[in-house]
Amino acid sequence: MNKGSDDRGVLMDLGRERPQVPARARNMSPIVPRASIAGRALVVVVAIMTFLASVTTGVVLLVGASAAEWQSEVASEITIQVRPVTGRDIERDVTAVVNAMRTQPGIVDVRPYTKEESGKLLEPWLGTGLSLDELPVPRMIVAQVSPGTKLDLDGLRSHVTQVAPSASVDDHRAWIDRMRSMTGATVFAGIGILALVILATIISVSFATRGAMAANRPIVEVLHFVGAGDRYIANRFLRHFLRLGFEGGVIGCVAAMLMFGFSESVANWFSGTPVGDQFAALLGTFSLRPSGYLALAAQTILIAAVTAWASRRTLFATLDDID
Amino acid sequence: MVRFENVGLRYGLGPEILRDLNFQIPAHSFQFLTGPSGAGKTSLLRLLFLSLRPTRGLVNLFGHDVSLLDKDAVADLRKRIGIVLQDFRLLDHMTTYENVALPFRVMGRAESSYRREVIDLLKWVGLGERMDALPPVLSGGEKQRAAIARAVISRPHLLLADEPTGNVDPTLGRRLLRLFIELNKSGTAVIIATHDITLMDQYDARRLVLHQGRLHIYE
Repeated sequence: MNKGSDDRGVLMDLGRERPQVPARARNMSPIVPRASIAGRALVVVVAIMTFLASVTTGVVLLVGASAAEWQSEVASEITIQVRPVTGRDIERDVTAVVNAMRTQPGIVDVRPYTKEESGKLLEPWLGTGLSLDELPVPRMIVAQVSPGTKLDLDGLRSHVTQVAPSASVDDHRAWIDRMRSMTGATVFAGIGILALVILATIISVSFATRGAMAANRPIVEVLHFVGAGDRYIANRFLRHFLRLGFEGGVIGCVAAMLMFGFSESVANWFSGTPVGDQFAALLGTFSLRPSGYLALAAQTILIAAVTAWASRRTLFATLDDID
Repeated sequence: MVRFENVGLRYGLGPEILRDLNFQIPAHSFQFLTGPSGAGKTSLLRLLFLSLRPTRGLVNLFGHDVSLLDKDAVADLRKRIGIVLQDFRLLDHMTTYENVALPFRVMGRAESSYRREVIDLLKWVGLGERMDALPPVLSGGEKQRAAIARAVISRPHLLLADEPTGNVDPTLGRRLLRLFIELNKSGTAVIIATHDITLMDQYDARRLVLHQGRLHIYE
């Protein structure tokens, strides 16, 4: 198909009589004026969505990192409990278990809790000044496992019960499994919230795009009159939406980063207080690693890309209706 | 260049407002399209501009059956057609110069390559001093001339004009008619829809008369 007709020479030539074009006449205004797009509201919406997404991602990363830390700490220990049994000397049983544990491959340290230390563990429930000799208080032995060692727990158990029939071995597996489920649930909830945030962003951007197209319908019609294709028209709008999406994304992401930085400072101020310790127990140091900040920045690019995609999709659907 | 065979058009479930249209528009031809108000002149122009599809019959434009064209092909064909509408359809945020240069801009041409043509044409239609004015401050006649300039600037193969001299004085009307005639001499087929008998009497050309949805041709 022969395109255009610009190869047929000029329609008329005024030569020297040609007037000068004032500079502002050919300043080449944008085909779609920026002011015609309700940009500020969209920037705010995208900024809020990016902020929520960044906070969600940040919290998921924090919980994930803390849980991994707890798991590695807990998994590197096993606890042996020796219960007092009539007819057996508990001190001898404890010593026998300690000796038996020390000979096990993969065990790097064995520490029995003394009677006084066991009493201290019970203090929150039983109070002070109680004579533990009158109570059948079990004794704890903590063994450190060398990192990366796979222990033969069944063999260990039978060995320990041979020397002290009332002893039981706990490798914290049940607790670690619960921890894993909790971390998994947190990550799952985080992904769910992210999906909702991205969906809400897509819907908001689609509405904003439709609004902008409706406001600029006369421009779209004129562009059709002069032979502009849908792709040309869509690109004129798309560059506005890309900019708006990116502006909103950067604002939301920077706000979230500042919030994490500020929270880290607050956590440091409260360090050592009961509140601070509770938070530290749950979320670790409350500080995002550099890779966490990189993840937030990557997420911002993702949200800007989602904005552009949603806008483009709506633009083509609306252009189909307009012609 | 344009061929209509048994073309009919109705809006929705309403009556057929154009019936059994059979005609051809040869290349380089000049014709007036006339008829009473409501006869369907604007609808026929919209069929020719591909902004309406016929409800029956065949429309062939530049060798293409329009019922088979996709949107990109329609956009390409429209680059070869200039149209002047009664309501001008200028973009209010662009200067007169920018409005007239719009077809070149959409083609992707550099501004320096068409500046001279746009200035010369604006001067010819009497808008040389209004190049930096925005449409809201132009008079009706000035808007009409700007719309005409935009339609003819890219030297289309087919020019469609709906009442192009409706808002200008007789002197300027004659000047605009001369512009259309010049354009026609340089190879553009021209269709001017008008009620203006005086305008039609100034140039001996084929007349297409629409009456009660049917077309009568006077060579």
